[in-house]
Amino acid sequence: MAAYEPWNKDRANAVIAANRGVEGAALPILHALQAAFGCVPPEAEPMVAAALNLSRAEVHGIVSFYHEFRRTPPGRHTLHVCRAEACQSVGADATGAHIREVLGCDWHETTPNGGVSLEPVFCLGLCATGPAALIDGRPIGRLNPEKIDRMLGALA
Amino acid sequence: MTGIAVTRIFVPGDAAALAVGADDVAAALAPHADVVRTGSRGLFWLEPMIEVETPEGRIAYGPVEATDIPALLADGLLTATAPHLRLGIPEQIPFLARQTRLTFSRCGIVDPLSLDDYRAHGGLGGLDRARSLGPAGIIAAVMASGLRGRGGAGFPTAVKWKTTAEADGERKYIVCNADEGDSGTYADRMLLEGDPFGLIEGMVIAALAIGATKGYVYTRSEYPHAIAAFDKALAIARDAGILGPAFDIEQRVGAGAYVCGEETALLESLEGRRGQVRAKPPLPAHKGLFGMPTVINNMITLATVPVILRDGAEAYQAIGMGRSRGTMPIQLAGNIRYGGLFEAGFGVTLGELVNDIGGGTLSGRPVRAVQVGGPLGAYFPPSLFDTPFDYEAFAAKDGLIGHGGVVVFDDTVDMARQARFAMEFCSAESCGKCTPCRIGSVRGMETVDKILAGRNVDANLELLRDLCHTMKFGSLCALGGFIPYPVLSAMNFFPEDFRQGQRLAAE
Repeated sequence: MAAYEPWNKDRANAVIAANRGVEGAALPILHALQAAFGCVPPEAEPMVAAALNLSRAEVHGIVSFYHEFRRTPPGRHTLHVCRAEACQSVGADATGAHIREVLGCDWHETTPNGGVSLEPVFCLGLCATGPAALIDGRPIGRLNPEKIDRMLGALA
Repeated sequence: MTGIAVTRIFVPGDAAALAVGADDVAAALAPHADVVRTGSRGLFWLEPMIEVETPEGRIAYGPVEATDIPALLADGLLTATAPHLRLGIPEQIPFLARQTRLTFSRCGIVDPLSLDDYRAHGGLGGLDRARSLGPAGIIAAVMASGLRGRGGAGFPTAVKWKTTAEADGERKYIVCNADEGDSGTYADRMLLEGDPFGLIEGMVIAALAIGATKGYVYTRSEYPHAIAAFDKALAIARDAGILGPAFDIEQRVGAGAYVCGEETALLESLEGRRGQVRAKPPLPAHKGLFGMPTVINNMITLATVPVILRDGAEAYQAIGMGRSRGTMPIQLAGNIRYGGLFEAGFGVTLGELVNDIGGGTLSGRPVRAVQVGGPLGAYFPPSLFDTPFDYEAFAAKDGLIGHGGVVVFDDTVDMARQARFAMEFCSAESCGKCTPCRIGSVRGMETVDKILAGRNVDANLELLRDLCHTMKFGSLCALGGFIPYPVLSAMNFFPEDFRQGQRLAAE
């Protein structure tokens, strides 16, 4: 479970300043902003643009291109569930359906109580121990309905 | 405890082992033994597989759960005499005994962050030899080995290096592609977590060969454990002077874009832009990262270079078949009984891999289709199981070996749905630069939907085939260009699955 900071312009400026000196700084800066705030806040886009001498549209284009960058902070927990072929071959479609039913939210959504954000992912490299997921970055393999219920129950 | 020998027990810290409880096992063992975390041997149906050090060598146990530990300890685990779950000497397990482990020789054995372990198991021998050979000698050795790019394209590695070495530029770069996005592949992840110094050594050798001063490793964000492990290894290598002012390596993390595994999209991403594919020429070897001459190689390619330098190009070249020389770390995945990393010389057949080595499906049902080479790879039916694992042999059957992923499906798979998924995946991951991929994948998905609904099936099958032709020959890179492989192979080998909607509509 990750604790994120509320939006703070000074803090964002410090994060940008700490990363702007490297070659090709855009992704390192965006990752650092997301690590601090749980997302890349829209307010940060013009600040990144100014720091990198880019247009705001260019920065928005970068942020929106990459699936990983969020526009709003996630719930208290983030569940990344693999939907790729190797996991499909051992029942990932049913696994995904079960998880969505238990959580009561769809892919890319957060449960109404803010507990869990559900993100699909195409491969975690756990392809011989599927269906696989990451819960707050912790890998879980060989998912089945009982294991899922236990895992989600522990998060509630 | 002073003076009392504490048994060493090796417990994998590999993410796939963690996914089935390795951390709990390590915690249960910690009060009783000296627990050393390693990578994984890659026998995933046996994970967590632990190894007990004895005077006669290591003895493996697996799959071990934390709840097994008290009984195992009571039965003599610390002397490796407990009979339950005992697998014996790991190298004698048939799955390992049949392999030729060169690139993966240390993975699962050493402490990944111990340079002493690394040296004791042949590490840095390749770099020593490279230093004595000099740039031209290194390139000649890699050329003689026959090493080809392990990312999938199979381009001769030494040709890239030679071109970059001869190119003019005020500085040069080595870029490692560790954006291992293909489903069914995990070799890069295993090495980053289990033997990261091998990659570092390979990149230092590449830098010597072409005169590079900076290296980047682009690792996908879906691999948090690999990212953490490799950053630690970089710090250790810097402290030891393996990396320094003459050549240093920085790890950069992707952000969930599959297309960034394409080399020019990866370079765009490293430069801080959207991961959009560049038109070639110019080749990265002439104008790559920041417009400078750049060698961009797959992680496995670079991690194999030290073995070639240390043991000699001839030894490496002697393994394999046809123009595919050396070994390939093949990753058995999906619905397979014995899933894991199988490094072997090129030439092993698909049938041997799936049935003999992999033991058929995990579900116990008949194998219906095997997708080789990730989401852009063809689905092969068992009638093609005599195909040897070789770049040219797979290409001759309208397939590809890609990065070596083998994903097995049993007879419950609906191949029309898999074809739809291929188009859906392409539409989600297209970089948007070229029309055949950006628009074609969406139209392809819609057309499969019509076929699944039983609407104008014959006409829509014809249309889908025509669309695949356009994407194959009109796309800028392998994403749009190869996505027709899974779609067309599904249509060609499993035509009945595309008629279900029609049958339902007729009833």
